[in-house]
Amino acid sequence: MGTLTIAPFASLVGSKSMDFALKLAKTAADKGHKVNIWLTSNGVMIVKANQKHLKDYSHAEKYVKELLEKGVEVCVCEACALARGIHKNEAIEGIKWDAMHWYLAKIYNSDRVIHMGGE
Amino acid sequence: MSMIDLAFIIQRPPYKSETSTLGLTHAISYQVVDMFLDDGQGVIPKVCFIGEGVFNCISEHKSMENYGVTSIESHVKNSLLVDLDMYVCKEDIDRFGIPENRLVDAEDMGADKKLQIVPFSEIQNILNNSKHIFIF
Repeated sequence: MGTLTIAPFASLVGSKSMDFALKLAKTAADKGHKVNIWLTSNGVMIVKANQKHLKDYSHAEKYVKELLEKGVEVCVCEACALARGIHKNEAIEGIKWDAMHWYLAKIYNSDRVIHMGGE
Repeated sequence: MSMIDLAFIIQRPPYKSETSTLGLTHAISYQVVDMFLDDGQGVIPKVCFIGEGVFNCISEHKSMENYGVTSIESHVKNSLLVDLDMYVCKEDIDRFGIPENRLVDAEDMGADKKLQIVPFSEIQNILNNSKHIFIF
Protein backbone atom coordinates (compact mmCIF):
# COMPACT_ATOMS: atom_id res chain seq x y z
CA MET A 1 0.00 0.00 0.00
CA GLY A 2 1.15 3.51 -0.72
CA THR A 3 1.05 6.92 0.87
CA LEU A 4 -0.99 9.68 -0.75
CA THR A 5 -0.91 13.34 0.28
CA ILE A 6 -3.60 15.68 -1.00
CA ALA A 7 -3.55 19.47 -0.69
CA PRO A 8 -6.79 21.13 -1.81
CA PHE A 9 -6.51 24.92 -1.76
CA ALA A 10 -10.08 25.75 -2.76
CA SER A 11 -12.90 26.37 -0.31
CA LEU A 12 -15.80 23.98 -0.04
CA VAL A 13 -18.39 26.30 -1.52
CA GLY A 14 -17.77 27.78 -4.95
CA SER A 15 -15.66 24.94 -6.27
CA LYS A 16 -15.93 21.18 -6.45
CA SER A 17 -12.19 20.69 -5.88
CA MET A 18 -12.57 20.19 -2.13
CA ASP A 19 -15.48 17.83 -2.59
CA PHE A 20 -13.37 15.81 -5.05
CA ALA A 21 -10.36 15.80 -2.70
CA LEU A 22 -12.36 14.46 0.24
CA LYS A 23 -13.99 11.72 -1.81
CA LEU A 24 -10.67 10.75 -3.36
CA ALA A 25 -9.16 10.56 0.12
CA LYS A 26 -11.97 8.29 1.29
CA THR A 27 -11.55 6.00 -1.71
CA ALA A 28 -7.80 5.73 -1.17
CA ALA A 29 -8.21 5.14 2.56
CA ASP A 30 -10.86 2.46 1.91
CA LYS A 31 -8.38 0.67 -0.34
CA GLY A 32 -5.88 0.62 2.51
CA HIS A 33 -3.61 3.45 1.50
CA LYS A 34 -2.17 5.89 4.01
CA VAL A 35 -3.68 9.32 3.26
CA ASN A 36 -2.69 12.80 4.44
CA ILE A 37 -4.65 15.98 3.75
CA TRP A 38 -3.09 19.43 3.98
CA LEU A 39 -5.55 22.32 4.24
CA THR A 40 -4.26 25.76 3.39
CA SER A 41 -5.48 28.94 1.71
CA ASN A 42 -9.30 28.88 1.41
CA GLY A 43 -9.21 25.13 2.02
CA VAL A 44 -9.04 25.88 5.74
CA MET A 45 -12.72 26.83 5.71
CA ILE A 46 -13.78 23.19 6.02
CA VAL A 47 -12.33 22.75 9.51
CA LYS A 48 -15.16 24.64 11.21
CA ALA A 49 -17.42 22.41 13.25
CA ASN A 50 -21.20 22.56 13.24
CA GLN A 51 -21.58 23.01 9.50
CA LYS A 52 -25.19 23.00 8.43
CA HIS A 53 -25.87 20.70 5.51
CA LEU A 54 -27.98 22.65 3.04
CA LYS A 55 -28.84 20.65 -0.03
CA ASP A 56 -27.67 23.36 -2.44
CA TYR A 57 -24.13 23.31 -1.04
CA SER A 58 -21.39 20.73 -0.67
CA HIS A 59 -20.92 19.51 2.86
CA ALA A 60 -17.57 18.60 4.45
CA GLU A 61 -17.92 17.95 8.16
CA LYS A 62 -19.39 14.47 7.84
CA TYR A 63 -16.68 13.44 5.35
CA VAL A 64 -13.86 14.93 7.41
CA LYS A 65 -15.02 13.09 10.55
CA GLU A 66 -15.23 9.82 8.60
CA LEU A 67 -11.74 10.35 7.24
CA LEU A 68 -10.36 11.02 10.71
CA GLU A 69 -12.02 7.83 11.97
CA LYS A 70 -10.33 5.90 9.13
CA GLY A 71 -6.93 7.18 10.26
CA VAL A 72 -6.49 9.86 7.60
CA GLU A 73 -4.28 12.65 8.94
CA VAL A 74 -5.86 16.03 8.32
CA CYS A 75 -3.80 19.12 9.10
CA VAL A 76 -4.75 22.77 8.74
CA CYS A 77 -2.41 25.70 8.21
CA GLU A 78 -2.80 27.57 11.47
CA ALA A 79 -1.86 30.98 10.05
CA CYS A 80 -4.27 30.61 7.12
CA ALA A 81 -7.07 29.65 9.50
CA LEU A 82 -6.44 32.40 12.03
CA ALA A 83 -6.26 34.97 9.22
CA ARG A 84 -9.78 33.90 8.29
CA GLY A 85 -11.05 34.12 11.86
CA ILE A 86 -11.18 30.36 12.40
CA HIS A 87 -9.94 29.25 15.80
CA LYS A 88 -8.98 25.88 17.18
CA ASN A 89 -11.77 25.81 19.75
CA GLU A 90 -14.42 25.94 17.02
CA ALA A 91 -12.81 23.37 14.74
CA ILE A 92 -13.66 19.74 14.12
CA GLU A 93 -11.95 17.64 16.76
CA GLY A 94 -9.02 15.53 15.62
CA ILE A 95 -7.70 17.88 12.98
CA LYS A 96 -4.06 18.82 13.49
CA TRP A 97 -2.98 22.47 13.50
CA ASP A 98 0.48 23.16 12.16
CA ALA A 99 2.44 25.00 9.48
CA MET A 100 3.65 24.44 5.95
CA HIS A 101 6.65 22.34 6.90
CA TRP A 102 4.16 19.63 8.02
CA TYR A 103 3.06 19.41 4.39
CA LEU A 104 6.63 19.26 3.07
CA ALA A 105 7.45 16.46 5.51
CA LYS A 106 4.40 14.48 4.38
CA ILE A 107 5.43 15.07 0.78
CA TYR A 108 8.83 13.61 1.59
CA ASN A 109 7.26 10.38 2.74
CA SER A 110 4.58 10.14 0.05
CA ASP A 111 4.46 7.97 -3.01
CA ARG A 112 2.04 10.36 -4.70
CA VAL A 113 1.11 13.98 -4.03
CA ILE A 114 -1.93 15.72 -5.45
CA HIS A 115 -1.49 19.45 -5.10
CA MET A 116 -4.75 21.15 -6.03
CA GLY A 117 -3.73 24.79 -5.93
CA GLY A 118 -3.01 27.54 -8.37
CA GLU A 119 -6.53 28.84 -8.79
CA MET B 1 16.36 8.08 1.23
CA SER B 2 18.07 11.38 1.87
CA MET B 3 17.25 14.63 0.11
CA ILE B 4 14.55 15.06 -2.52
CA ASP B 5 14.09 17.89 -5.04
CA LEU B 6 10.75 19.69 -5.18
CA ALA B 7 9.83 22.14 -7.95
CA PHE B 8 7.60 25.08 -7.06
CA ILE B 9 6.21 26.69 -10.20
CA ILE B 10 4.78 30.17 -9.73
CA GLN B 11 2.72 31.18 -12.72
CA ARG B 12 0.19 33.64 -11.30
CA PRO B 13 0.72 37.41 -11.14
CA PRO B 14 1.29 39.06 -7.75
CA TYR B 15 -1.61 40.08 -5.50
CA LYS B 16 -4.35 38.94 -7.89
CA SER B 17 -4.74 35.97 -5.57
CA GLU B 18 -2.95 34.47 -2.59
CA THR B 19 -1.29 31.95 -4.87
CA SER B 20 2.17 33.46 -5.40
CA THR B 21 2.64 34.17 -1.72
CA LEU B 22 1.63 30.62 -0.84
CA GLY B 23 4.13 29.21 -3.32
CA LEU B 24 6.92 31.16 -1.69
CA THR B 25 5.92 30.52 1.90
CA HIS B 26 5.56 26.79 1.26
CA ALA B 27 9.03 26.75 -0.33
CA ILE B 28 10.61 28.77 2.49
CA SER B 29 9.23 26.34 5.07
CA TYR B 30 11.81 23.79 3.88
CA GLN B 31 14.10 25.35 6.48
CA VAL B 32 12.30 23.68 9.38
CA VAL B 33 10.99 20.54 7.70
CA ASP B 34 13.62 18.45 9.47
CA MET B 35 11.52 18.84 12.64
CA PHE B 36 9.28 16.15 11.16
CA LEU B 37 11.94 14.05 9.42
CA ASP B 38 14.74 11.72 10.43
CA ASP B 39 18.40 12.68 10.42
CA GLY B 40 19.76 13.10 6.92
CA GLN B 41 16.34 13.55 5.36
CA GLY B 42 15.23 16.81 3.80
CA VAL B 43 13.79 18.58 0.80
CA ILE B 44 15.45 20.90 -1.69
CA PRO B 45 12.90 23.33 -3.15
CA LYS B 46 13.54 25.04 -6.45
CA VAL B 47 11.28 27.98 -7.22
CA CYS B 48 10.59 28.78 -10.86
CA PHE B 49 8.72 31.87 -12.07
CA ILE B 50 7.11 31.38 -15.44
CA GLY B 51 4.38 33.08 -17.48
CA GLU B 52 2.67 35.92 -15.61
CA GLY B 53 4.44 34.66 -12.49
CA VAL B 54 7.53 36.62 -13.55
CA PHE B 55 5.71 39.82 -12.51
CA ASN B 56 6.27 38.71 -8.91
CA CYS B 57 9.98 39.33 -9.42
CA ILE B 58 9.79 43.03 -10.29
CA SER B 59 11.25 45.14 -7.49
CA GLU B 60 9.84 48.04 -5.46
CA HIS B 61 6.43 46.66 -4.48
CA LYS B 62 4.17 49.03 -2.53
CA SER B 63 1.83 46.41 -1.12
CA MET B 64 2.10 47.56 2.49
CA GLU B 65 1.04 51.05 1.48
CA ASN B 66 -1.74 49.89 -0.82
CA TYR B 67 -3.01 46.65 0.69
CA GLY B 68 -1.52 46.61 4.18
CA VAL B 69 0.21 43.30 3.57
CA THR B 70 3.80 42.12 3.43
CA SER B 71 5.10 42.36 -0.11
CA ILE B 72 5.84 39.40 -2.31
CA GLU B 73 9.12 41.18 -2.94
CA SER B 74 10.04 40.65 0.71
CA HIS B 75 9.15 36.96 0.40
CA VAL B 76 11.39 36.70 -2.66
CA LYS B 77 14.20 38.45 -0.78
CA ASN B 78 13.77 36.22 2.26
CA SER B 79 13.83 33.19 -0.01
CA LEU B 80 17.14 34.31 -1.49
CA LEU B 81 18.45 35.02 1.98
CA VAL B 82 17.76 31.43 3.06
CA ASP B 83 19.60 30.18 -0.04
CA LEU B 84 16.65 28.99 -2.08
CA ASP B 85 17.45 28.44 -5.72
CA MET B 86 15.09 30.68 -7.69
CA TYR B 87 14.75 30.80 -11.44
CA VAL B 88 13.03 33.30 -13.72
CA CYS B 89 12.08 32.34 -17.25
CA LYS B 90 14.12 34.41 -19.70
CA GLU B 91 11.61 34.07 -22.53
CA ASP B 92 8.78 35.37 -20.32
CA ILE B 93 10.60 38.45 -18.98
CA ASP B 94 11.53 39.28 -22.58
CA ARG B 95 7.95 38.70 -23.71
CA PHE B 96 6.63 41.15 -21.11
CA GLY B 97 9.45 43.65 -21.70
CA ILE B 98 10.82 43.42 -18.16
CA PRO B 99 14.46 44.53 -18.06
CA GLU B 100 16.74 42.35 -15.96
CA ASN B 101 17.80 45.32 -13.81
CA ARG B 102 14.18 45.69 -12.60
CA LEU B 103 14.19 42.30 -10.90
CA VAL B 104 14.36 41.83 -7.13
CA ASP B 105 17.78 41.57 -5.57
CA ALA B 106 18.48 40.74 -1.93
CA GLU B 107 22.08 41.90 -1.89
CA ASP B 108 21.14 44.71 0.54
CA MET B 109 20.07 42.01 3.02
CA GLY B 110 23.33 40.13 2.61
CA ALA B 111 21.99 37.31 0.46
CA ASP B 112 24.49 35.32 -1.54
CA LYS B 113 21.88 33.98 -3.91
CA LYS B 114 20.35 35.90 -6.79
CA LEU B 115 17.38 35.31 -9.04
CA GLN B 116 18.70 33.25 -11.93
CA ILE B 117 17.40 34.20 -15.34
CA VAL B 118 17.33 31.02 -17.37
CA PRO B 119 15.82 29.76 -20.62
CA PHE B 120 12.65 27.67 -20.31
CA SER B 121 14.62 24.60 -21.32
CA GLU B 122 16.49 24.82 -18.01
CA ILE B 123 13.23 25.05 -16.10
CA GLN B 124 12.09 21.94 -17.94
CA ASN B 125 15.23 20.19 -16.72
CA ILE B 126 14.38 21.19 -13.16
CA LEU B 127 10.89 19.74 -13.60
CA ASN B 128 12.31 16.54 -15.01
CA ASN B 129 14.68 16.13 -12.08
CA SER B 130 12.18 16.89 -9.30
CA LYS B 131 10.35 14.18 -7.38
CA HIS B 132 7.23 16.33 -7.10
CA ILE B 133 6.01 19.47 -8.88
CA PHE B 134 3.75 22.07 -7.29
CA ILE B 135 2.00 24.62 -9.43
CA PHE B 136 0.96 27.87 -7.81
